Amino acid sequence: MASVATTAPRRSRPGRLRGAVLGVVTWLVGLVFVLPILWMALTSFHSEADAATNPPSVAAALTLEGYREFFGLTGGAAPWPALLNSLTASLVSTLLTLLLALPAAYALSIRPVKKWTDVLFFFLSTKMLPLVAALLPIYLFAKNAGLLDNVWTLVVLYTAMNLPIAVWMMQSFLSEVPVAIIEAAQLDGARLPTVLGRVIAPIALPGIAATALICFIFSWNELMFARVLTGVVAETAPVFLTTFITSQGLFLAKVCAASLVISLPVLAAGFAAQDKLVQGLSLGAVK
Amino acid sequence: MTLMTEARVAAVPGRAAAQRPNRMRAWATRAPLLPALIFMIVVTQLPFVATLVISFLDWNALYPDERRFAGFANYVEVLSDPALRKSVWTTILLTVTVVLVSLLLGLVLALLLDRRFRGRAAVRTMLIAPFLLVPIAAALMWKHLLFNPEYGLFNGILHAIGGEGAIQPDWISEMPLMAVEASLIWQWTPFMMLILLAGLQSRDPQLIEAARMDGASDWQVFVHITLPHLRRYIELGLLLGSIYIVQNFDAVFTLTSGGLGTANLPYTIYQTFYQAHENGLASAAGVIVVIGSIVLATFALRVVSSLFREEVSR
Repeated sequence: MASVATTAPRRSRPGRLRGAVLGVVTWLVGLVFVLPILWMALTSFHSEADAATNPPSVAAALTLEGYREFFGLTGGAAPWPALLNSLTASLVSTLLTLLLALPAAYALSIRPVKKWTDVLFFFLSTKMLPLVAALLPIYLFAKNAGLLDNVWTLVVLYTAMNLPIAVWMMQSFLSEVPVAIIEAAQLDGARLPTVLGRVIAPIALPGIAATALICFIFSWNELMFARVLTGVVAETAPVFLTTFITSQGLFLAKVCAASLVISLPVLAAGFAAQDKLVQGLSLGAVK
Repeated sequence: MTLMTEARVAAVPGRAAAQRPNRMRAWATRAPLLPALIFMIVVTQLPFVATLVISFLDWNALYPDERRFAGFANYVEVLSDPALRKSVWTTILLTVTVVLVSLLLGLVLALLLDRRFRGRAAVRTMLIAPFLLVPIAAALMWKHLLFNPEYGLFNGILHAIGGEGAIQPDWISEMPLMAVEASLIWQWTPFMMLILLAGLQSRDPQLIEAARMDGASDWQVFVHITLPHLRRYIELGLLLGSIYIVQNFDAVFTLTSGGLGTANLPYTIYQTFYQAHENGLASAAGVIVVIGSIVLATFALRVVSSLFREEVSR
């Protein structure tokens, strides 16, 4: 407990003991929260027979059987098309979101238009309306326009879904760019695209990256629209997972492998954006 | 970790005055905003108008020729049909339970994490992890890996502790709504924790130090300084949590497929038009969710805007 002693030298002995106990409690709670995920990871490396025992076989032999099954190496549908669709929908929609949000955030922070707070709150209010209420008209429109089972339909929807978050986050990041630099560039005759690309983007880059990661996560996770609007061709990774909802028989290792592989991009993006995660999730309200 | 954004806003009037009241100039400043604004209005606002229109039609997709104006009949049916009325109630119950429990747990976790101890960063990462599983992957994990009555981890642990005679409940059949709630609480507690932790870390350390100098106990500091400071962060967590959980589809869809009295409004709307093809009815239910959300959103916007303006005036 040397670190406790150095950081809080004035603490009395009972205080130090209490600090140590609380530290242990925090560790235990953290382990309880992460335990299901660890168990899922362990199970994904067990054979199907070992995965479905009661009591659980913690020390069973490890195998890649579940992963082989999931990737379709033993027959059955391979997840590649679904993963590719998810990647397309998430990456392209994130890119579009940034392209639309960056100029908008510029107009709301660096050279604010009149009533800019009203516009900002309009964006926020669209995020608060339940998407499910727009599901039917969007489905009917896509059906009549021949856009069902098309990954580009999802791209447009995910862009709209993430745009409010992106505008809010970027607005707060861009406001950190000193106005003097921008004015200097404009005096030198730089036009808006140049100012955005060469002056503002480099300073605001960490914030833009965090915004992109959060948009990516939300697009990758989305299930309801993908489920209703896609079929065999454009199904995304979460839709692929729905085939496991009612599965019977021995498939636990395969489900665990599938769930983990499909969650990996989100885990990676989430930990990369960890410090800015709150800001994105609270729509920019908490920094 | 401070709230919203800052001094720049104070400079706005000066900047606005510097701009000449020139119409061309005004449009040039507005131009960067327009693509995003138009895109949002077309993709998100028009469908809501369409939903509103369809909600007044008697329209089953299987009988497209019999589509006709129905007045408020769909609304009357939504509010009088026992199954639909139950789904309104289920939505409320699910949202309130999940939001309150994860807020309380999140507060405890945030307080535990807002201290120095060895491995703090590691524990924080562990606590965020549940939020970073794809929602349907998390729901599948709860359904098959944890809740399964024969080989799930919960019954496995009960068996390992209690031996042969251990109780082996069929969790999802016996407590369906609680099963859905448990999985959602597990995923949303990290969200609450992150917001509240940001709140805790934005407290004024000098104020707390001064209170301690005056002999205030930990409990007094918590009640008189920490809680009042956290109030708006708590409100924000409550409102944003409610807005996200009201819309939840994945957990209900995966764990129970809306069975056993767990169908919430989003699931019911999905089912009403996707399986029963009742377009009018689904839209009326959709409009009711929108009205409920507007009530929530009004309060949420007020909280966000008060945080926003506080920073602006700073």
